[in-house]
Amino acid sequence: MSVGERDPHSGHMTTGHDWNGIKELNRPVPKIIWLFLAATVIFSVVYWILMPAWPLGVTYTHGLLGIDQRDSLEAQLEEGAQQQSAWADQIREASLATIQEDPQLMETVRKTGATLFGDNCAVCHGTEGNGGPGYPNLSDQAWLWGGAPEEVQETLRVGINAEHPETRIGQMMAFGENRMLGRDEIRDVVTYVQSLFNPDAVADRPEEALANGEEIFAANCVSCHAEDGSGMTEVGAPNLTDDFWIYGGDRQSLYDTIFYGRQGVMPHWEGRLSPLERKVLALYVVDMSNREE
Amino acid sequence: MFGLHYNLERRSIGLAVAIIIVASIGGLVEIAPLFTIDETVEEDPDMRVYTPLELAGRNIYISEGCYACHSQMVRTLRDEVERYGPYSLAVESQYDHPMLWGSKRTGPDLARVGGKYSDAWHVAHLEDPRAVVPQSVMPSYSWLSRNELDREDLDKHLAAMRKVGVPYSDAMIENAPEDAYGQANPDSSRAGGVAERYGEETNIRSFDGDPERVTEMDALVAYLQILGRLTDAAEDQPALDDSELEGE
Amino acid sequence: MISQLTKGERQLALVISIAVAFLGLAMAGGGFGNPLGFHGFIVLLFALGVTFLILSGYFAPEPSPERLKRYYDDPIKVGVILSLIWGVIGMFMGVWVAALLAWPEMTFDAAWASFGRLRPVHTTGVIFGFGGNALIATSFHVMQRTSRARMPDQFSPWFVLLGYNLFCLLAVSGYFIGVTQSKEYAEPEWYADIWLVVVWVTYLVLYMRTLARRQEPHIYVANWYYLAFILVVAMLHIVNNLAIPISLTAAKSYSAFSGVQDAMTQWWYGHNAVAFFLTAGFLGMMYYYLPKRAERPIFSYRLSIVSFWGITFLYMWAGSHHLHYTALPHWVQTLGMTFSVMLLVPSWASAANALLTLNGAWHKVRDDATLRFMMVAAVFYGISTFEGSFLAIRPVNSLSHYTDWTVGHVHAGALGWVALITFGAIYTLAPILWKRQRMYSPALVEVHFWLALAGTLVYVFAMWNSGIIQGLMWRTYNESGTLAYSFVESVEAMHPYYIARTAGGLLFLAGIVVGFYNILMTIRRAPSLEASAAKQDEPVTSGAAPSPVSAGE
Ligand code: HEC
Ligand code: HEC
Ligand code: HEC
Ligand code: HEM
Ligand code: HEM
Ligand SMILES: [Ca+2]
Ligand SMILES: [Ca+2]
Ligand SMILES: [Cu+2]
Repeated sequence: MSVGERDPHSGHMTTGHDWNGIKELNRPVPKIIWLFLAATVIFSVVYWILMPAWPLGVTYTHGLLGIDQRDSLEAQLEEGAQQQSAWADQIREASLATIQEDPQLMETVRKTGATLFGDNCAVCHGTEGNGGPGYPNLSDQAWLWGGAPEEVQETLRVGINAEHPETRIGQMMAFGENRMLGRDEIRDVVTYVQSLFNPDAVADRPEEALANGEEIFAANCVSCHAEDGSGMTEVGAPNLTDDFWIYGGDRQSLYDTIFYGRQGVMPHWEGRLSPLERKVLALYVVDMSNREE
Repeated sequence: MFGLHYNLERRSIGLAVAIIIVASIGGLVEIAPLFTIDETVEEDPDMRVYTPLELAGRNIYISEGCYACHSQMVRTLRDEVERYGPYSLAVESQYDHPMLWGSKRTGPDLARVGGKYSDAWHVAHLEDPRAVVPQSVMPSYSWLSRNELDREDLDKHLAAMRKVGVPYSDAMIENAPEDAYGQANPDSSRAGGVAERYGEETNIRSFDGDPERVTEMDALVAYLQILGRLTDAAEDQPALDDSELEGE
Repeated sequence: MISQLTKGERQLALVISIAVAFLGLAMAGGGFGNPLGFHGFIVLLFALGVTFLILSGYFAPEPSPERLKRYYDDPIKVGVILSLIWGVIGMFMGVWVAALLAWPEMTFDAAWASFGRLRPVHTTGVIFGFGGNALIATSFHVMQRTSRARMPDQFSPWFVLLGYNLFCLLAVSGYFIGVTQSKEYAEPEWYADIWLVVVWVTYLVLYMRTLARRQEPHIYVANWYYLAFILVVAMLHIVNNLAIPISLTAAKSYSAFSGVQDAMTQWWYGHNAVAFFLTAGFLGMMYYYLPKRAERPIFSYRLSIVSFWGITFLYMWAGSHHLHYTALPHWVQTLGMTFSVMLLVPSWASAANALLTLNGAWHKVRDDATLRFMMVAAVFYGISTFEGSFLAIRPVNSLSHYTDWTVGHVHAGALGWVALITFGAIYTLAPILWKRQRMYSPALVEVHFWLALAGTLVYVFAMWNSGIIQGLMWRTYNESGTLAYSFVESVEAMHPYYIARTAGGLLFLAGIVVGFYNILMTIRRAPSLEASAAKQDEPVTSGAAPSPVSAGE
């Protein structure tokens, strides 16, 4: 062994090696390191005894506490359900109308519904429920399938044009693509539809276009959108006489709607959201539309 | 102990061997038993494989780096189960070579996104995320609808997957390119084979809204729509027994 | 530089680079129309470039035997420069991806420029490009100096350095065109992976051969760490990258493992890439340059032993802390957590050993920014390992996992530890390497230090904040017992922190640019060392020891 030298600064001996000028002090490992090591090892050993830890071929040690993350989660969920039960049981049992009348429950609906709506619905209907091109505004008073909470609840359960076996089906036919109407005919019926909600917009259009459009409308559209164009919630056909549009009320959008047809898809939420969550959301959505005024 | 080391550090080969031995133990003890302990991966005989189109979509998901922002792993925590749905089981990624559990959630978890939104929404969102979600920081992937999907070598992909243990049949491998076309074009003559080989439940439709062309968008959306739906094993997990999902 | 090679070495180099060119040609031809073909062209061009370089100096006279009395430093010089180039590129990419999260429109309507593709360019650029080149270069320096022996030949260091950079080039260019295996820090595809194995084995052999020629019977600590870095990275790399390519003429492959086993293998790899690439390698660096610069002996030799073996043994168990609460069985998570906690002891022991080595040199720390770089690096090493062990505790991880807190931890380690120790080492090394009295501008080293420190602090604090806020928002319940925030609300809340992080990154990037300039000016302008002083940096001291270099070189 090479002979060390004393480091004047610390008073310790070096190990005697010299690597291109680098030396090492032959100082014992500070006690605190051993203590620290012992502490972490003891912690670990205790932990191993209590928890699932070591593999044994085809099984593993389950630990004295018998805890598994899946069981812990179950306990957490149960605790959560308990925390909610104060209001959740009431909402589960009470009728929709009763809940709407109960300001306290509605307060809870607003809080709980906001996050549910944000995580599940907002990507289509917007954070405020204002909709967007192709996605209906839920905060207005115009409804495809009816604005009663029961109906909204059912819409949420089965969806519209969704994969659910009982899904609501709302089809706006492709009159142009399927050659049921010619391009000129579609232009005329667009003019007529425009006149339904905004007569000024068609003031400079020829009389006969309007009359022709009215005729075509009566022949093709009233079965869904009703005589006066006010829509039918039975088939999810929208009211065309108000100023609420899913796809747009300008001439181009109307033309596209009638030419190519529309089948907006609203996913179904049965199986993904619980009945309680859907009930809360239905109330939340209806409340949202009432709030807007 | 230090004396021993004093000798070891004089032998470079000895030092190298010691390092290899000491460093091997942890991995051996933690990884090998995952193959031998049966309960590690749940049994599910009904687990289905990815169709060629979905597999192609998965590969786009990988090459675009979606995994850098999205996890596919719902952890066993209350808030995650309540936000995203049933926690993920090992069996659900049994055929995932590689797994895409992810390590960062800049965007939400996608393990259960299949069926949550419509195809049209996915297309609109991927083309321009901020057009549908103004707060989003997700990149737009508008080129996916422009790019025709490369289907030619999908049979080789399936064959390689079989080599690493995914039960693809000969017919599946042989027909992979046709099946990818058929799945995205429900009216074509090739659509029938897809249902035959992969089951009636398979999503067969034009995902990007244009049945004429099979694009990368078709593939990616087909993949997103199958996430969490290869098996229902997670749906009857015990933790959900008393929760609201039951008792409809 | 070619003139330093012997005739035999020139021939060997020529043969190998032409062989690699043919390999590239085969890849380009066989993989035509596939990303593999594109990579074939890159390999071909790279190899032709090298061939051309060799040819340009091929007929120069043979070097004088005098050279055998000196260390072989040419590849080290190139390695340092490459490291800085990759550093600037990688950190620029870091700033870009940071900016993309703050202003997602800062991009082009093109696949190559989207976040998901640029992010691995950043991580690979900084870890493998910047970090890896720095490790290779410094390890060549340290192994020669601490062995007091010249490298056994002049070909293999070049093969290692250039081959490694070819790997990095294949990796990074691949991401732009969508070639990736998606395994974090192991993204390159199968052919690049195989190439790295070849390079790495050469590296190991070179290292062992140099050690075999050492003059001091004992192997110095720095070399233990470098050796562990080389050996364990090889082991991890080979296992985690096992995959079946769809064909030999296509880039795509499928991982041999799936699901839960794949996840465990990946994070066994991923965590130990941190441990043996970003930690062990850089500890090797620290164990040489810090005592060298401080001119103080290592605080405790025995502490070095304890921490080295502690790190080598314990780290390998900790990977499962990346998979807490997932479908990975609970027992593996327990092991990952407990070993991470025990791991804190050797980690802090290393940090303490470094900091206490400075006893008696604190006045130098105050005056010398280079030493201060290394001192602060050791502090950040302590911080990030403490944080790491803390994050590995399951309940803590339930909050931090998936959030920016992890990213904050990463950069406390990556900027505060990895990058700062590298800068300290390079500033110590550069004057020695280029035989200068000092750096061109000590004032600019000081500027770099403050930019780097400020950048690190801004970055890390921003991410700690955003990460914890994010984690809390995801799990906050309102009084009715339901989730209080939707996911997008948390996305919105991150915006200010993403801006702050970008600013921090810009400061850090500015720092390395200043540093790069200073190094270049040191090479060109700094006053050179007198011959007598330069003589001290030579393998054999005063002719006492027998010549370490065999004549048959
Ligand atoms: C993938 C996009 C999408 C998502 C997500 C979505 N919706 Fe819809 N929703 C639609 C579309 C499209 C329609 C209109 C269907 C149509 O045009 O026939 C619609 C219609 C509705 C209707 C019927 C409106 C009416 O006028 O009758 C209600 C109510 C509704 N959605 C509520 C919700 C709620 C609550 C959620 C979340 C749980 C939700 N939606 C999630 C797309 C979506
Ligand atoms: C089979 C029933 C049916 C018939 C017939 C029908 N529609 Fe529709 N229409 C619908 C449904 C359902 C929707 C809603 C589609 C959706 O939201 O996806 C709709 C939507 C529309 C819209 C879009 C409303 C908006 O908010 O953007 C317009 C405009 C329209 N129809 C006009 C017509 C005209 C004009 C005709 C006749 C040429 C017609 N419809 C015939 C069912 C019908
Ligand atoms: C820069 C990070 C980033 C990248 C990369 C990214 N995303 Fe996203 N993603 C987000 C964010 C943030 C959201 C939430 C806001 C939104 O819906 O756009 C999101 C939302 C989503 C959603 C809706 C999830 C839900 O449940 O609401 C899907 C689906 C999705 N992304 C798919 C993808 C796919 C596929 C890719 C790759 C082709 C991708 N993302 C790449 C950040 C990203
Ligand atoms: C200019 C300085 C840098 C900036 C601005 C920067 C920025 C970033 C950003 C924005 C991300 C992505 C985070 C996310 O997905 O949310 C990231 C990830 C990462 N960076 Fe950096 N970075 C810098 C320097 C470095 C350095 C020097 C290293 C390593 C030596 C490094 C290593 C990493 C790693 C490993 C990740 C992946 C983290 C993870 O997956 O959790 N970075 N960086
Ligand atoms: C005692 C030492 C350390 C421990 C126990 C440790 C532990 C951890 C933990 C628990 C995570 C988070 C995993 C997750 O939730 O996903 C993590 C991530 C990470 N750490 Fe450390 N860490 C340590 C030291 C370091 C150091 C020194 C670095 C140097 C750069 C580093 C780099 C990283 C990186 C890059 C990641 C991100 C991995 C990813 O998700 O991509 N760690 N570490
Ligand atoms: Ca990560
Ligand atoms: Ca790889
Ligand atoms: Cu780790």
